[in-house]
Amino acid sequence: MAAFTRRGFIAVGAAAAGAGLRIGPAGAQGAYPSRPITMICPWGAGGGTDATARIVASLLEKELGQPVNVVNRTGGSGVVGHSAIATAPADGYTLGIITVEISMMHWQGLTDLTPASYTPLALMNEDPPGVQVPASAPYKNVKELADAIKAAPPGKMKASGTGQGGIWHLALVGWLQAMGLKPDHVAWVPSNGAAPAMQDLAAGGLDIVTCSVPEARAMIEAGKAKALAVMASERNPAFPNVPTLNEELGINYSTGAWRGFAGPKGLPQDIATKLTAALKKINESKEFRDFMAARGFGVKWADAQGFADFMAAGDKQMGEAMKAAGLAKA
Amino acid sequence: MDTLAEAIRLVAAPDVLIAILLSSIYGLVIGSLPGLSATMATALLVPVTFYLSPIAAVATIISASAMAIFSGDIPGALLRIPGTPASAAYTDEAYAMTRKGQAELALGAGLWFSAIGGIVGTISLIVMAPALAEMALQFSTFEYFWLAFLGLMCATLVARSSPVKAIASMLIGLLIACIGIENPAGTPRFTFGITDLLGGVEVIPALVGMFAVSEVMRAMVTPDPPPMPRRKFGSILKGQWELTKKYVAPQVRGNIVGIIIGVLPGAGADMAAWVSYAMSKRFSKEPEKFGTGHPEGLVEAGASNNASLASGWVPSLLFGIPGDTITAIAIGVLYMKGLNPGPTLFTERASSMYALYIIFILANILMIPLGILMIRAASHILRAPRAAVMPVILLCCAVGPFATGNNLFAVMSVAFFGVLGFVLERNGYPVAALVLGIVMGSMVEQNFVTSLIKSDGSLLPFFDRPVAAVLAAMTIACLVWPIGVWAHRRFFRRQASVAPAG
Repeated sequence: MAAFTRRGFIAVGAAAAGAGLRIGPAGAQGAYPSRPITMICPWGAGGGTDATARIVASLLEKELGQPVNVVNRTGGSGVVGHSAIATAPADGYTLGIITVEISMMHWQGLTDLTPASYTPLALMNEDPPGVQVPASAPYKNVKELADAIKAAPPGKMKASGTGQGGIWHLALVGWLQAMGLKPDHVAWVPSNGAAPAMQDLAAGGLDIVTCSVPEARAMIEAGKAKALAVMASERNPAFPNVPTLNEELGINYSTGAWRGFAGPKGLPQDIATKLTAALKKINESKEFRDFMAARGFGVKWADAQGFADFMAAGDKQMGEAMKAAGLAKA
Repeated sequence: MDTLAEAIRLVAAPDVLIAILLSSIYGLVIGSLPGLSATMATALLVPVTFYLSPIAAVATIISASAMAIFSGDIPGALLRIPGTPASAAYTDEAYAMTRKGQAELALGAGLWFSAIGGIVGTISLIVMAPALAEMALQFSTFEYFWLAFLGLMCATLVARSSPVKAIASMLIGLLIACIGIENPAGTPRFTFGITDLLGGVEVIPALVGMFAVSEVMRAMVTPDPPPMPRRKFGSILKGQWELTKKYVAPQVRGNIVGIIIGVLPGAGADMAAWVSYAMSKRFSKEPEKFGTGHPEGLVEAGASNNASLASGWVPSLLFGIPGDTITAIAIGVLYMKGLNPGPTLFTERASSMYALYIIFILANILMIPLGILMIRAASHILRAPRAAVMPVILLCCAVGPFATGNNLFAVMSVAFFGVLGFVLERNGYPVAALVLGIVMGSMVEQNFVTSLIKSDGSLLPFFDRPVAAVLAAMTIACLVWPIGVWAHRRFFRRQASVAPAG
């Protein structure tokens, strides 16, 4: 019986494929999705990217009427999962969540993958870096901090928030450059993420941490640290008292860690359109908004074209910052 | 009192109680399978927590992780394969007890002292959370460097083989820890252009290969050991009370060390077990019995790893800083469920906090009956023919590491470390020291390099901060002591041999 069913399944599958070929894209639109979809997450189970992928997958399931299974493909600092998305068959049944690392790692010569290796579907989240200092620090606002940075000899002040060449490091580099300073004017102390950096800030080992404000929230609420600014074009609604760099310093510099959804390059246009429409609905849904607000993640929306432009601009900005910091491979 | 009543009402809700029971069973099973760690048990629970009420969601994580840390002791004692990294420190000891026909005592000790450790850890969380959290915040990278260095020294302290071989084995572990891009410079090292090596070697595949696969290989090349006398398992808790009374000091020490290590962000149950086992051996009146099936180290380390689990929640709840990999995942769930970490959690949402305390205590009490059932079920493994058990273990070794990342590379790593572990063990090199090298290596390097960047290359801050100075003194004493003893002995032997001649 099992063999029969399987043969039957293959026959049906072949027939469907044949039908798809014959009728062309118009026919496929009605059919898609006709079977479960796999959503690849390049980062481990239990993390923020995993959580985002899972909530979107569960909402996408409702939109499309087919199961959407999240599969964590970890390893190689995210390269393994990102390349699994890029090299999957472009039939719309393998999608993935891609993260800011895709616009960074190719500059270091770690992978050939770039934002152009994907069919962008939608940008769903962006978290801008903040400027956090110890609660006991003498600076009342980011302007005083900026003056202190300029006055200090190069390398005197220390900042952290992630590893060498990570997104928060490049945020600092970009900010220093925008102030007309050398990228290493503030020394970068690599750390294993935002939490250890915030702890070291509270322990008195660091002067500045440039992680996102939500990542620093608990420490700020505990009275151990204060956020002076965000490197974004507008304030974060969850932290209305934290001004932007532009407001305080007149520096129009913004960047951020983002997460978006994409398929392999060459996804059929009709399938991509359908997915983008479904993702737009999800982005506007109460469930998604509540979830992101609870985790402290910023909601952002850009459709396929907007996401592509966003990634291209971000890619260029990252390249410049990495070259300036001497992190890019010549 | 109102908050307490409210907390009890929160916990007594049917969905919370069912969540505790089911996740306890789940944790017991996952922890007892080689290759599936407590961290992984927690990570796989996260999607489930989406659908639970806040208290039930946190309850699943608390119960599953506590059970998994205990049940990691089961395969360790029965098969010499630790179920989780936290059991690796005393696996040989527990297995030696099983070979002596004291499997009940070894497993019972694991269970009993795990439960006690968990409860003591919880009490520390209730009574001293703010004070402990302040202490943790005193730790900068300078202190962490010394702490990690001390952890490395445990490799030589617990080894039964020659210290030279233990150090050699640890150095191989340190070399393996160098692989990948996750180093302070962010530069790929020893990756040979292989994408999978960029992320470095993960501890779980290395551990599974080193302990489980090499054990399977050893079973294949050696004749069956004399079958254990067929008998029913005696009472599991019998004798635990005597142990409790006999080893008061080790227990207290184990609990205190566990609490302190748990509170420090980044150092979790694995390190607590290692340090406690090493301390137990150092301070024991009968150190020569260690490694031959002596329960003292089990008592101390078993209590320690479960105590660290509860106190690991202190920095997580107060500052959102994970105490270990399990709480790192738990913090995400806390945010998602609106229980944002921070001091306000203790004041404004006190009833939720009390509810968490009650769940901790409940889970540790529930551990005893469920643990007994689990041990009884698992004891059949001892009677099963080896030819039937080993293939199943090998299967677990492949499935476990694959499951978290769906990456075949993890399975290849397991195979590689299995062969390496087999060869090392054959030649008398302790594999535990190598695993410790992998675990601690990146911590030592990261904290050393970042400390130097912060101090502009000066070594002075490693010694002039008060806590760092104490830790440095301890580390250097540990280093110099064996050399001093050796020199002393050598000097006296020469004198002794010179004297008769002259």
